[in-house]
Amino acid sequence: MTMPSATATAPPAGDGQPILSLRAVNKSFGAVHVLQDVDFDAHLGEVTALVGDNGAGKSTLIKGVAGSHLFDSGDYLFEGHPVTVHSPKDANALGIEVVYQDLALCDNLDIVHNLFLGRELTKRGVLDEATMEKRATETLAGLSVRTVRSIRQQVASLSGGQRQTVAIARSVLWNSKLVILDEPTAALGVAQTEQVLRLVRRLADRGLAVVLISHNLNDVFAVADRISVLYLGRMAAQVKAKEVTSNQVVELITTSRSGSIGLSTDVEPDADDLQEGMAEEAAADGEAVSTPTAATREDTP
Amino acid sequence: MSTTTAAAVTDEEHPHLPTPEPRELHTAVADYIARVRGGDVGSLPAILGLVVLFIVFTILRPHTFTNAFNIANLVNQASAVIVIAMGLVFVLLLGEIDLSAGWTAGVSAAIMGVTATRQGWSWWVAVLCCIGTGAVIGTAIGLLVARLGIPSFVVTLAAFLGLQGLLLKIIGEGGTIAIRDSKLLAINNNTMPVWLGWVLMAVIVALYALVSLRRAAARRAEGLQSEGLSVVIGKVVVLAVVLAAITAYLSTERSRNPLVSSIKGVPEVVVLLVVLLVGTTFVLGRTAFGRHVYAVGGNKEAARRAGINVKQIMLFCFVTCSSLAAVGGILLASRDNSISPTTGGAETLLYAVGAAVIGGTSLFGGKGKPLDAVLGGLVIAVIINGMGLLNQPSAVVFMVTGAVLLVAASVDALSRRRAASTGRV
Repeated sequence: MTMPSATATAPPAGDGQPILSLRAVNKSFGAVHVLQDVDFDAHLGEVTALVGDNGAGKSTLIKGVAGSHLFDSGDYLFEGHPVTVHSPKDANALGIEVVYQDLALCDNLDIVHNLFLGRELTKRGVLDEATMEKRATETLAGLSVRTVRSIRQQVASLSGGQRQTVAIARSVLWNSKLVILDEPTAALGVAQTEQVLRLVRRLADRGLAVVLISHNLNDVFAVADRISVLYLGRMAAQVKAKEVTSNQVVELITTSRSGSIGLSTDVEPDADDLQEGMAEEAAADGEAVSTPTAATREDTP
Repeated sequence: MSTTTAAAVTDEEHPHLPTPEPRELHTAVADYIARVRGGDVGSLPAILGLVVLFIVFTILRPHTFTNAFNIANLVNQASAVIVIAMGLVFVLLLGEIDLSAGWTAGVSAAIMGVTATRQGWSWWVAVLCCIGTGAVIGTAIGLLVARLGIPSFVVTLAAFLGLQGLLLKIIGEGGTIAIRDSKLLAINNNTMPVWLGWVLMAVIVALYALVSLRRAAARRAEGLQSEGLSVVIGKVVVLAVVLAAITAYLSTERSRNPLVSSIKGVPEVVVLLVVLLVGTTFVLGRTAFGRHVYAVGGNKEAARRAGINVKQIMLFCFVTCSSLAAVGGILLASRDNSISPTTGGAETLLYAVGAAVIGGTSLFGGKGKPLDAVLGGLVIAVIINGMGLLNQPSAVVFMVTGAVLLVAASVDALSRRRAASTGRV
């Protein structure tokens, strides 16, 4: 399990400015230190996979980015500028959209209605159905979505993959720059998973920054350009997908270390800690806090 | 390994999509049949029920049921329940319930009676006070449900009891407030001149045709699939024939003694029903607010995440429901010429909920429209009226009404199951 090249966790240079940069962010829920000095980057035109075991802090990190939670400390840079995101609305205004695991679609409304839910276009106070339908058609066609029969059908009649497609299409309808996908393939079959992954790739190729949370390393390696591994609330590694193997990522997820990459000191969590962490979406407890932080890394080949 | 699917990408920022052919009559009919077979029955059961009931009662009582006097009577009898049911549709769409709508109607009507009769204020001030009372009651219920999060069943059950007491307090034990104002009495008793009925009908058909044609043209202009001319004409013709038949029937002389006093023409209350139907349908179907009501009823969490102010939507719906209930109260008082401690009580609320459900509104939220209230209200009125003409005791009327409601709920459940299996909800 040796590394071919020297890339470790630092954001690789020469790939342009990341659109989203988190520097040393911390988040605690009461005594539980969920995120410890986490650095995280997402780049335009790239899919960044965020992986980690249950309770590693993935959801907390994402909720912080999306404005559902506030980070306790650390820098939040968007397009190179420090920003403060206090609510999901702030995040939306910056161009950040989150597609949640449980989709958040209204079954009783059709695809167009769902795409524009909460941001309906109106003309003189009346819903502008024609323009909305036209834009919805264009957006789906632009994403090369050809699997839906009619965009006026109710969302309830769609398959899981199609529903995920609608949810993702909703996030790109608003000129968003960063799309965060929380386990988009979790409940899908093989063909549908491929369909959604292709869509994820297409988003990045259209120039958006995509953050993909996934447990499925096959999915991750199929679409991701970069892989960020969270381990018990700390960023174990941020690597290019091409430069690691699946086994190395598994090692990073489970032990925070693989060969020369990862956290410098292993923290062996016992089973109780992990379970607590799962419940709280938190990973750290007193023991983990005392260990070296993510800042301490080995970068040398 | 990392980007195996990247090659499949085709970036089409501005795809050129062919404009679909307009949907002509035969495809529209085929689509509709496919929808019904798929479980999306809409108002069809209510319409079929109405037709069947009409035929049955006409066979059983050929002279009394179908005579014009009775048909006009039917409209007046049904109007209050229909208006209260229209308000309930807003609350039912959220998946909530308002058990107090009946007594809200009673209390609001009592306020109208007190201001118009005891205080002697002019009729329109009394009407405003009445609707204002409804709005206040709705605000209180809405705040308790939306802000405090108390289940609407409990809040409105409490209001059901409390408002019943309030009505008794306002009117006094065993008392009544007589309505003497001619305007208030006219609302649910008078008929308009025959010519005005025809003008009203013509205006409705013309407006419907105009709106349909303009929408089709707008959609064609945007390159979207539009309704073909044959579909628009077909719909307009059906509407015109149905309305013309009703208007013609209501325009016949129905006085027992035409020489003494002539009664003919469309009841004035129909104007109110049409205005409320068009108004509520527009709000629910064509505005962002209406869309949000359906969204909250379909998936509250999704609506919240989409940035919809769920609490505000809920509050508005309860206010609308109670305000329309107050209008229903005006119709009840106008019909009875008085307000008593039982105005809006007894089975008023249950008939109104039943009307909405029979019409096709779901108690689970997210599905329904104001037209359901009209169709369901007519079904209930026809049953009560027809059974009365058959000289059936109240016992039988209640049991039959209950059975019809059960049938309607069964149709809803079965079509739901069918819809679930075909993925139409």
